[in-house]
Amino acid sequence: MNTLVVLVIACALATYVWRGLGAAISGRVRAEGPLFTWFGCVAYAMLAGLVARIVITPLGTLETTELWHRLGAAAIALAAYFLFTRRNLFVGVIAGGLAIIGLYSF
Amino acid sequence: MTGRSAVLQGAREAAGVPAAVLVAGYIGFGALAAGHGLPLPAVVASTVAVWALPAQLILVEMYTVGAPLVATVLAAMLSSARFLPMTLTLMPMMRHARYRGWHYLVAAQLLSLTGWAMAMARFADIETARRLPWFFGFTLVCIAASAAATAIGFAVAEAITPLVKIGLVFLAPTYYLLILLGSVRDRATAYALACGAVAGPLAYLVAPEWGVLIAGLGGGTLAFLLLPGRRP
Repeated sequence: MNTLVVLVIACALATYVWRGLGAAISGRVRAEGPLFTWFGCVAYAMLAGLVARIVITPLGTLETTELWHRLGAAAIALAAYFLFTRRNLFVGVIAGGLAIIGLYSF
Repeated sequence: MTGRSAVLQGAREAAGVPAAVLVAGYIGFGALAAGHGLPLPAVVASTVAVWALPAQLILVEMYTVGAPLVATVLAAMLSSARFLPMTLTLMPMMRHARYRGWHYLVAAQLLSLTGWAMAMARFADIETARRLPWFFGFTLVCIAASAAATAIGFAVAEAITPLVKIGLVFLAPTYYLLILLGSVRDRATAYALACGAVAGPLAYLVAPEWGVLIAGLGGGTLAFLLLPGRRP
């Protein structure tokens, strides 16, 4: 097997460590209670942190855009989602994609 | 027949905005991997087997720069730590006497941010026995659409202009931003999102490889301690 195939399998197993562990021990964690609340807090904080990091200090393709392009496009997407449509996710997301193209070209 | 209709219901709910957004994100990923000169089968296999876009991006980038296998696997693992709190919160909501333990081990592999966030938002309106089959239907459509999109993105990489690529790449964070803010129903979620959003970029500055983990554990714990009526 070549290195890349080994790498794909190894990365799949690496992500499954958390998935499998969570599924295996979740039965011992009640759906209510402080521990459950704490896990929820950690999950939401981790994802919010990742999204904020991507918008503020992106890697790759988005590195060519300015911070205000990304913040502006995020604001337009939020407005499209919460203000201009009644939480239409598709419209909000497309608005974000078009907004960053527009702001970058501006 | 409850199970089958729930699978179909989940599949139908995925085959719309959730799949469309994933398709956009994975077209971008496929195009990126093609530009790095990786072979198509391995790239599509990563979508099906790894099924975590941050880990896949790490895999492609680090393989391209010739990083050691151990370093790449560790980075992919750290980037996927979010699956632990995600499975811990989601699995108890899907528990029902009808299903066996291994069903949940399979469900854990199918989990992604999209499936988790949508399930957390929808489960209040879905009866407990129907939640697991709903989840299978939803996630399998997501994975199939994403795998196809990876191949399409790989194939059309040459045709994508840098400007279009910027728009495509920005769809994923926008989707996460809206779905996270749209899921705020209680104080705990609001606090966690606020603390995480501040902690994420700061932790990345201090330790890029550990940033996601530090922001989640630090920001999440801070939010938890700030909740009224909690004792540290």
